[in-house]
Amino acid sequence: MLAIGILGGGLAVVTLRNVIHSAVAMMICFGSLAGMYALLGAPIIAAAQVLIYLGAISVLILFAIMLTQAGDASLPAPFHRQAPIAVVIALVVVGLVAWAAVTTAWRVAPTAAAVAIDTIGKLLFTDYALPFEIIGFLLLAAIIGAIFLARRPEEDERAN
Amino acid sequence: MASLQGYLIVSTALFGIGAFGFMARRNAILMLISIELMLNSVNLSLVAFNAFVPGARNAGAIFALIVMAVAAAEATVGLALVIAIIRTRQTPEVDEYDDLKE
Repeated sequence: MLAIGILGGGLAVVTLRNVIHSAVAMMICFGSLAGMYALLGAPIIAAAQVLIYLGAISVLILFAIMLTQAGDASLPAPFHRQAPIAVVIALVVVGLVAWAAVTTAWRVAPTAAAVAIDTIGKLLFTDYALPFEIIGFLLLAAIIGAIFLARRPEEDERAN
Repeated sequence: MASLQGYLIVSTALFGIGAFGFMARRNAILMLISIELMLNSVNLSLVAFNAFVPGARNAGAIFALIVMAVAAAEATVGLALVIAIIRTRQTPEVDEYDDLKE
Protein backbone atom coordinates (compact mmCIF):
# COMPACT_ATOMS: atom_id res chain seq x y z
CA MET A 1 0.00 0.00 0.00
CA LEU A 2 2.70 2.45 1.02
CA ALA A 3 4.87 1.11 -1.78
CA ILE A 4 2.08 1.97 -4.22
CA GLY A 5 2.01 5.49 -2.77
CA ILE A 6 5.77 5.83 -3.10
CA LEU A 7 6.12 4.46 -6.62
CA GLY A 8 2.89 5.95 -7.96
CA GLY A 9 3.82 9.33 -6.51
CA GLY A 10 7.30 9.06 -7.97
CA LEU A 11 5.99 8.13 -11.41
CA ALA A 12 3.50 10.98 -11.28
CA VAL A 13 6.33 13.36 -10.38
CA VAL A 14 8.33 12.59 -13.50
CA THR A 15 5.44 12.19 -15.95
CA LEU A 16 2.94 14.94 -15.10
CA ARG A 17 2.99 17.93 -17.42
CA ASN A 18 2.26 20.65 -14.88
CA VAL A 19 5.12 21.30 -12.45
CA ILE A 20 2.73 22.12 -9.58
CA HIS A 21 1.02 18.75 -9.97
CA SER A 22 4.45 17.12 -9.90
CA ALA A 23 5.26 18.89 -6.64
CA VAL A 24 2.01 17.66 -5.05
CA ALA A 25 2.77 14.11 -6.25
CA MET A 26 6.21 14.51 -4.68
CA MET A 27 4.55 15.33 -1.34
CA ILE A 28 2.44 12.14 -1.62
CA CYS A 29 5.61 10.16 -2.32
CA PHE A 30 7.46 11.68 0.66
CA GLY A 31 4.47 11.10 2.97
CA SER A 32 4.30 7.42 1.98
CA LEU A 33 8.04 7.18 2.62
CA ALA A 34 7.52 8.55 6.14
CA GLY A 35 4.93 5.82 6.70
CA MET A 36 7.38 3.22 5.48
CA TYR A 37 10.06 4.49 7.89
CA ALA A 38 7.55 4.12 10.73
CA LEU A 39 6.83 0.56 9.54
CA LEU A 40 10.55 -0.16 9.61
CA GLY A 41 10.64 0.74 13.29
CA ALA A 42 12.41 4.08 12.86
CA PRO A 43 9.98 6.70 14.19
CA ILE A 44 12.71 9.33 14.49
CA ILE A 45 13.46 9.04 10.78
CA ALA A 46 9.74 9.18 9.99
CA ALA A 47 9.42 12.36 12.06
CA ALA A 48 12.48 13.87 10.40
CA GLN A 49 11.06 12.95 6.98
CA VAL A 50 7.79 14.74 7.75
CA LEU A 51 9.56 17.78 9.19
CA ILE A 52 12.33 18.18 6.61
CA TYR A 53 10.82 16.87 3.39
CA LEU A 54 7.07 17.41 3.78
CA GLY A 55 7.51 20.55 5.84
CA ALA A 56 10.56 22.34 4.53
CA ILE A 57 11.71 21.08 1.13
CA SER A 58 8.21 20.74 -0.35
CA VAL A 59 7.33 24.29 0.68
CA LEU A 60 10.67 25.50 -0.69
CA ILE A 61 10.03 23.80 -4.03
CA LEU A 62 6.45 25.07 -4.20
CA PHE A 63 7.72 28.60 -3.55
CA ALA A 64 10.36 28.21 -6.26
CA ILE A 65 7.68 27.04 -8.71
CA MET A 66 5.45 29.96 -7.72
CA LEU A 67 8.28 32.45 -8.23
CA THR A 68 9.27 31.08 -11.62
CA GLN A 69 6.02 29.97 -13.23
CA ALA A 70 4.91 32.48 -15.85
CA GLY A 71 1.35 31.13 -15.70
CA ASP A 72 0.15 27.76 -16.92
CA ALA A 73 -1.24 29.04 -20.21
CA SER A 74 1.47 27.42 -22.30
CA LEU A 75 2.84 24.16 -20.96
CA PRO A 76 5.87 23.17 -23.02
CA ALA A 77 6.71 19.59 -23.86
CA PRO A 78 7.95 18.02 -20.64
CA PHE A 79 10.61 15.69 -22.01
CA HIS A 80 13.92 16.03 -23.81
CA ARG A 81 14.63 14.30 -27.11
CA GLN A 82 16.76 11.78 -25.23
CA ALA A 83 13.85 10.54 -23.08
CA PRO A 84 13.78 7.05 -24.69
CA ILE A 85 17.49 6.61 -23.95
CA ALA A 86 16.84 7.78 -20.39
CA VAL A 87 14.13 5.12 -20.01
CA VAL A 88 16.54 2.43 -21.20
CA ILE A 89 19.36 3.57 -18.89
CA ALA A 90 17.04 3.82 -15.87
CA LEU A 91 15.57 0.37 -16.57
CA VAL A 92 19.05 -1.16 -16.93
CA VAL A 93 20.16 0.37 -13.61
CA VAL A 94 16.99 -0.75 -11.84
CA GLY A 95 17.26 -4.24 -13.31
CA LEU A 96 20.88 -4.70 -12.29
CA VAL A 97 20.41 -3.40 -8.74
CA ALA A 98 17.17 -5.32 -8.21
CA TRP A 99 18.82 -8.49 -9.53
CA ALA A 100 21.69 -7.99 -7.09
CA ALA A 101 19.28 -7.30 -4.23
CA VAL A 102 17.20 -10.41 -4.92
CA THR A 103 19.97 -12.91 -5.65
CA THR A 104 22.28 -11.95 -2.78
CA ALA A 105 21.89 -14.20 0.24
CA TRP A 106 21.50 -11.54 2.92
CA ARG A 107 22.42 -12.68 6.40
CA VAL A 108 19.66 -10.69 8.06
CA ALA A 109 17.13 -10.94 10.79
CA PRO A 110 13.67 -12.03 9.58
CA THR A 111 11.88 -9.11 11.20
CA ALA A 112 12.70 -5.42 11.44
CA ALA A 113 14.35 -4.23 14.64
CA ALA A 114 13.10 -0.97 16.13
CA VAL A 115 15.36 2.04 16.60
CA ALA A 116 15.28 3.62 20.06
CA ILE A 117 15.13 7.41 19.86
CA ASP A 118 17.25 8.02 22.96
CA THR A 119 19.98 5.78 21.52
CA ILE A 120 20.04 7.88 18.34
CA GLY A 121 20.33 11.07 20.38
CA LYS A 122 23.17 9.69 22.49
CA LEU A 123 25.02 8.39 19.42
CA LEU A 124 24.68 11.74 17.64
CA PHE A 125 26.44 13.52 20.48
CA THR A 126 29.08 10.88 21.24
CA ASP A 127 30.23 8.62 18.39
CA TYR A 128 28.88 10.82 15.61
CA ALA A 129 29.66 14.23 17.11
CA LEU A 130 32.09 15.22 14.34
CA PRO A 131 29.64 14.55 11.44
CA PHE A 132 27.00 16.38 13.47
CA GLU A 133 29.19 19.49 13.76
CA ILE A 134 30.22 19.30 10.10
CA ILE A 135 26.55 19.21 9.11
CA GLY A 136 25.92 22.32 11.17
CA PHE A 137 28.72 24.07 9.31
CA LEU A 138 27.45 22.81 5.94
CA LEU A 139 23.95 24.14 6.65
CA LEU A 140 25.41 27.52 7.63
CA ALA A 141 27.39 27.61 4.38
CA ALA A 142 24.24 26.65 2.43
CA ILE A 143 22.24 29.45 4.07
CA ILE A 144 24.90 32.04 3.25
CA GLY A 145 25.22 30.73 -0.30
CA ALA A 146 21.46 30.80 -0.85
CA ILE A 147 21.19 34.38 0.43
CA PHE A 148 24.06 35.42 -1.82
CA LEU A 149 22.56 33.75 -4.89
CA ALA A 150 18.98 34.89 -4.34
CA ARG A 151 19.92 38.54 -3.84
CA ARG A 152 18.69 40.85 -6.57
CA PRO A 153 21.34 42.97 -8.26
CA GLU A 154 19.34 46.20 -7.80
CA GLU A 155 19.43 45.82 -4.04
CA ASP A 156 23.22 45.76 -4.24
CA GLU A 157 23.32 49.05 -6.02
CA ARG A 158 20.92 50.60 -3.54
CA ALA A 159 23.10 49.38 -0.69
CA ASN A 160 26.28 50.80 -2.18
CA MET B 1 6.64 -7.63 1.28
CA ALA B 2 7.89 -7.07 4.78
CA SER B 3 11.33 -8.43 4.00
CA LEU B 4 14.59 -6.69 3.25
CA GLN B 5 14.30 -7.58 -0.44
CA GLY B 6 10.89 -5.94 -0.73
CA TYR B 7 12.15 -2.67 0.71
CA LEU B 8 15.26 -2.79 -1.45
CA ILE B 9 13.19 -3.30 -4.61
CA VAL B 10 10.93 -0.36 -3.76
CA SER B 11 14.03 1.72 -3.09
CA THR B 12 15.63 0.67 -6.38
CA ALA B 13 12.48 1.42 -8.36
CA LEU B 14 12.24 4.87 -6.78
CA PHE B 15 15.89 5.50 -7.63
CA GLY B 16 15.22 4.50 -11.23
CA ILE B 17 12.24 6.85 -11.42
CA GLY B 18 14.38 9.68 -10.05
CA ALA B 19 17.21 8.95 -12.47
CA PHE B 20 14.79 8.88 -15.40
CA GLY B 21 13.24 12.17 -14.30
CA PHE B 22 16.66 13.80 -13.98
CA MET B 23 17.73 12.67 -17.45
CA ALA B 24 14.45 13.19 -19.31
CA ARG B 25 12.67 16.26 -17.91
CA ARG B 26 13.33 19.67 -19.40
CA ASN B 27 12.27 21.71 -16.36
CA ALA B 28 15.14 22.67 -14.04
CA ILE B 29 12.99 22.51 -10.90
CA LEU B 30 11.73 19.06 -11.89
CA MET B 31 15.33 17.94 -12.21
CA LEU B 32 15.97 19.08 -8.62
CA ILE B 33 12.85 17.20 -7.46
CA SER B 34 14.17 14.08 -9.20
CA ILE B 35 17.43 14.43 -7.27
CA GLU B 36 15.38 14.55 -4.07
CA LEU B 37 13.61 11.35 -5.13
CA MET B 38 16.94 9.60 -5.62
CA LEU B 39 18.22 10.79 -2.22
CA ASN B 40 15.02 9.53 -0.60
CA SER B 41 15.36 6.12 -2.22
CA VAL B 42 18.89 5.79 -0.84
CA ASN B 43 17.58 6.82 2.57
CA LEU B 44 14.94 4.09 2.38
CA SER B 45 17.55 1.44 1.66
CA LEU B 46 19.75 2.73 4.50
CA VAL B 47 16.90 2.55 7.00
CA ALA B 48 15.88 -0.89 5.73
CA PHE B 49 19.43 -2.22 6.14
CA ASN B 50 19.59 -0.65 9.57
CA ALA B 51 16.38 -2.40 10.59
CA PHE B 52 17.22 -5.84 9.22
CA VAL B 53 20.99 -6.27 9.57
CA PRO B 54 21.89 -7.42 13.07
CA GLY B 55 24.74 -5.46 14.62
CA ALA B 56 24.10 -2.34 12.55
CA ARG B 57 24.09 -0.35 15.84
CA ASN B 58 21.86 2.38 14.40
CA ALA B 59 24.53 3.56 11.95
CA GLY B 60 22.02 3.43 9.09
CA ALA B 61 19.48 5.58 10.89
CA ILE B 62 22.08 8.21 11.74
CA PHE B 63 23.41 8.15 8.20
CA ALA B 64 19.85 8.65 6.92
CA LEU B 65 19.45 11.70 9.18
CA ILE B 66 22.76 13.10 7.88
CA VAL B 67 21.68 12.50 4.28
CA MET B 68 18.46 14.39 4.99
CA ALA B 69 20.39 17.38 6.34
CA VAL B 70 22.71 17.39 3.33
CA ALA B 71 19.69 17.08 1.01
CA ALA B 72 18.15 20.13 2.67
CA ALA B 73 21.35 22.11 2.11
CA GLU B 74 21.51 20.90 -1.49
CA ALA B 75 17.88 21.84 -2.15
CA THR B 76 18.44 25.32 -0.71
CA VAL B 77 21.47 26.12 -2.83
CA GLY B 78 20.11 24.34 -5.90
CA LEU B 79 16.80 26.20 -5.85
CA ALA B 80 18.58 29.50 -5.27
CA LEU B 81 20.76 28.79 -8.32
CA VAL B 82 17.77 27.77 -10.44
CA ILE B 83 15.81 30.88 -9.46
CA ALA B 84 18.81 33.06 -10.28
CA ILE B 85 19.20 31.38 -13.69
CA ILE B 86 15.47 31.65 -14.44
CA ARG B 87 15.55 35.33 -13.50
CA THR B 88 18.24 36.05 -16.08
CA ARG B 89 17.09 33.66 -18.84
CA GLN B 90 13.30 33.98 -18.31
CA THR B 91 12.72 30.25 -18.84
CA PRO B 92 12.92 27.11 -16.66
CA GLU B 93 13.73 24.86 -19.63
CA VAL B 94 17.28 23.55 -19.36
CA ASP B 95 17.85 23.16 -23.10
CA GLU B 96 17.43 26.92 -23.49
CA TYR B 97 20.57 27.42 -21.37
CA ASP B 98 22.98 27.31 -24.32
CA ASP B 99 25.13 30.40 -23.75
CA LEU B 100 28.34 28.38 -23.78
CA LYS B 101 27.42 26.77 -27.12
CA GLU B 102 26.85 30.03 -28.97
